[in-house]
Amino acid sequence: MRLLVNKLFLTFSVLSALIGLAFLGWILVTLFIKGLGSFHFSLFLNDLIDGGLRNLIIGQFILAGLAAAIGIPLGMAAGIYIQEYGKGRYASIIRDLSDIMMSAPSIVIGAFVYAVVVVPTGGTSGFAGAIALAIMMIPVVINTTDNMLSLVPRELREAGVALGASKYRVILDIVIKAAKIGIMTGILLAFARIIGETAPLLFTSETSNYFSLDLTESFPSLTVSIYDLANEPEESSRDLAWAASFILTVLVLIINLTGRFFTRNKD
Amino acid sequence: MANCHKIYFVTNVIVSSLGVLTSNGNHCVTIFLYNLTYILNRLLMEKIFQKLALSSASIVFIILVGIFITLLSSSKLAIDEFGFDFLVNPDWNKEVVINPDVSNTPVVSELKSDEIVDEDDGMIEDEDEMLFDEDDESDVQTKTIYGGLVPIVGTVLTTLIALIFALPIAMGIAVFLAEIAPKNISNVVGIAIELLAAIPSIIFGMWGLYYFAPIVSDLVGGYQVSLLTAGLVLGVMILPFMAAITRDSMNTTPGVLKESAYALGATKFEVIKDIIFPYSKTGIIGSIILALGRALGETMAVAFLIGSIFVLPTSITSPTISIPVAMANNFGEASGLGESALFYLALILFVISFGVISFAKMYFLKKAK
Repeated sequence: MRLLVNKLFLTFSVLSALIGLAFLGWILVTLFIKGLGSFHFSLFLNDLIDGGLRNLIIGQFILAGLAAAIGIPLGMAAGIYIQEYGKGRYASIIRDLSDIMMSAPSIVIGAFVYAVVVVPTGGTSGFAGAIALAIMMIPVVINTTDNMLSLVPRELREAGVALGASKYRVILDIVIKAAKIGIMTGILLAFARIIGETAPLLFTSETSNYFSLDLTESFPSLTVSIYDLANEPEESSRDLAWAASFILTVLVLIINLTGRFFTRNKD
Repeated sequence: MANCHKIYFVTNVIVSSLGVLTSNGNHCVTIFLYNLTYILNRLLMEKIFQKLALSSASIVFIILVGIFITLLSSSKLAIDEFGFDFLVNPDWNKEVVINPDVSNTPVVSELKSDEIVDEDDGMIEDEDEMLFDEDDESDVQTKTIYGGLVPIVGTVLTTLIALIFALPIAMGIAVFLAEIAPKNISNVVGIAIELLAAIPSIIFGMWGLYYFAPIVSDLVGGYQVSLLTAGLVLGVMILPFMAAITRDSMNTTPGVLKESAYALGATKFEVIKDIIFPYSKTGIIGSIILALGRALGETMAVAFLIGSIFVLPTSITSPTISIPVAMANNFGEASGLGESALFYLALILFVISFGVISFAKMYFLKKAK
């Protein structure tokens, strides 16, 4: 009886793993079939208005890149503060709050940016979208930096200080260098996460059918356009949405795997 | 700090002028002053760096408080109008007739209203009642009322369905990764599961709507867009997240404990049930609550599948709406009271998820760290 229960339990566990893998496989196969079916290289050359995706892909990269440019320095500096300077209560409160912020609903962040950026500036803009994505990114970067810095051995810091380096020099030249790979991985994973976000962009950057580099106007976004296209009745729009989803997923998975590849090498 | 800066600047000027003046003069003084600026420079940079780090850290605090205050002030209109009734009122965007103060106005317009009833029978059916009704037709005021019950119920139910669906499978996967699979298989499957977590939620939505929901509705019946299909897709989404944290907390069980149990003749199931699970219980519960917090705020996957109508669900297979979806679909067109009501919903969602997540952090995951 005991052995039977054990067998059943183990079978169930293996089965769950297979179910998990099956879902991943199912989604990826669907994307490949539907996505590749309507995939064409002209998608990279035309804008949405001409039935392509060029402006959307570039726009999404600009939004996520700008968000990273805002989020990475802020997040890293905050992580450094928590790990290296903050002693006691304040640092641990910030750490907890950042963990909570990491799980804050993305649509609420979108609404927040709508209220503080879109309404005062009089309309949706690329900047607003980038700010919303940056808010999503900051806590992830803080978390990574914090964790990775905590892995750097104390002796390295002491050696630096013993050579007469000031604390910020030790942090910038020794501690960060030692934790570089881990932090880069975390940042890549965070980037992969925000580049696929839709909800924070819905009413901040919206999307645009035209190619645009003007961050003060509605800005082309791949994910928001997928949402719009998928809800349209025409078959052709939905095919385009599938092609866009395929490209988006491939992008996200490549960035994600690149990040993991770095850590793998370190191990 | 300002002081420091001044000294730095002054010494810098002095040193550079001295450097020119004493090109063949007293080198000792020059070197001393150079050292002095160097030290002050270091102190200053250190201060600046520390202040920068501190202010970046404070941004987290500022943003969170900012979100709360912004949501509160933006929903003020709706809060003043509906108060806590908002939480239990199932009507969204409904026009209702309001009677302005029946007691205050004397019955003057009796005759008038009588005439109007003759003109327009459709408006009010009961003529007798109409005689005592002060509302002249032009005076009939309507107002739009908003209630949040439907999206709140929709959010809670989809999250529950997701949790019920994902929990056993996630536990199974975690056990598989932590205890059953050999290390290399566990690594590969682990990465695959984490890739599932990396897939953007909008992809889950599209896949769910066009491929998953038809199968579910064939099996169970009912609509393709419903509480059930939305909840299940949401479950698939939180599955990898839940499995990964559960695996991590299971991995913290000391090997010695497990080995002693095996040495006593326990089966794998018994070790997991009696050793690993009790040991990592707090971590596992924490991860479940954390996944619940994630599911509450998920927008895009649910938006495709829940049906997006403001109607209380009559069964598990009927369409309804959730808070994030209500926001995603209506924010663009809303203004004034409607927009404020959406902010009220956002505030409710934010408070719930903040509460859920901080509860998980404070009570369960702290010890696991």
